[in-house]
Amino acid sequence: MKLELVDAKKWINLFVEKLEKNQTDLNELDTAIGDGDHGTNMKRGAEAITAAFEKKDPENLSDLYKATAFAMIQKVGGASGPLYGTAFLDMSKAVKTDNLELGDLLQIGTDGLKRRGESDTGMKTMIDVWQPVSDALKVNKFDQKVIDNALENVKNLVATKGRASYLEEKSKGHIDPGAQSSAYLFESLIEIMGA
Amino acid sequence: MKYGILIVSHSADIAKGVKALISQAAPDLSITIAGGTDENGIGSSLEKIQQAVDDNTGDEILAFYDLGSSKMNLEMLMEMTDRTIHKYDVALVEGAYIAATLAEVDSPLATIEDNLKSLKIK
Repeated sequence: MKLELVDAKKWINLFVEKLEKNQTDLNELDTAIGDGDHGTNMKRGAEAITAAFEKKDPENLSDLYKATAFAMIQKVGGASGPLYGTAFLDMSKAVKTDNLELGDLLQIGTDGLKRRGESDTGMKTMIDVWQPVSDALKVNKFDQKVIDNALENVKNLVATKGRASYLEEKSKGHIDPGAQSSAYLFESLIEIMGA
Repeated sequence: MKYGILIVSHSADIAKGVKALISQAAPDLSITIAGGTDENGIGSSLEKIQQAVDDNTGDEILAFYDLGSSKMNLEMLMEMTDRTIHKYDVALVEGAYIAATLAEVDSPLATIEDNLKSLKIK
C-alpha cells in the first residue's frame, strides 16, 4: 500500500496530536532511563511541525516529509531531533520522483536511523519499533499487535546504545522513550490506514 | 590559515570555555563555536553549527564535539555542506587544544591526526 498526500498529512497531524497529548508520559519514561526531557523535546518538535504546515501547506509528499524533518531537526534539541530528522529527510528524498510502498518507504527511514545513530536492532532504541513495523508492512501484516510486540521486546532489552546504555542491566524493564514516541507515530498510521 | 577549529557542545558555556582556553594556544586560528540549542538550553542546534561553519575562515575545518546529538547534528551538517570538515571522536577539551596548538604552527594534518589518536574515546 502507498500513502498519498492527503492521508500522509493526516498521519503526521495525528502524530503531532499524540505527542502533545502524551508529553508527560514520554518525560516519565525518559526520567527512568534518560534525562527526562523526551516528551518536552518532542512536543516542541510537534509544535514546529504544525507551525511549518501553517506557514506553507505541503504540496506534495516530498515537501511534507521534508517540512516534518526540518521541524524536528531545528526544534527538538536532543538526539531525537537528528534521528527523526534523518529518517524523514531520507524518506522525503525517496519520494521525490515516485511514491513508494509504505514498507519500502519506512525501511528507508529505518536505514536513516541506523546510519545517523550508528545503531541497529536489539540495542533498545527506536529502531526496535521502526524495523518490525517496516517488515510487517512489506508483507501486509501490520496492525496494533506488531507495535505492542515491539514495545514488549524493547522493554526487555538491555540498552547498548544511547544514554540508557550507561545504566546497563538497570535499563531492563523500561520502555525506551524514543521507541514509545515511534509507537505513537505508527499508531497514528494504523488509524489513518483503517479509515 | 589552512585549518580552522569548530567546537560543538551541548552547553553554550562549555563551547565558550573551550574556545577561550584554546585561543590562548592558537591566537591566529579561526575558532568558531556552536553551543546549546537555539534557545540556549542544553542540547545542540543544526542551525548554530551551520552558522559556526559559515563563520569559520579556515580552508578546512577540524571539528570537535561532546555528546550524542552534537555528533549527530554535526554529521548531518557534514552531509549537507560543501566545506571540508574533519570530525574527531576524541576528548573535546584535550583534542581541540592539541589540534589548535599544532594547527597554529602550520603542522600538517597527518601530524595533527597522529597526535589525536591517543585521545580517541568515542
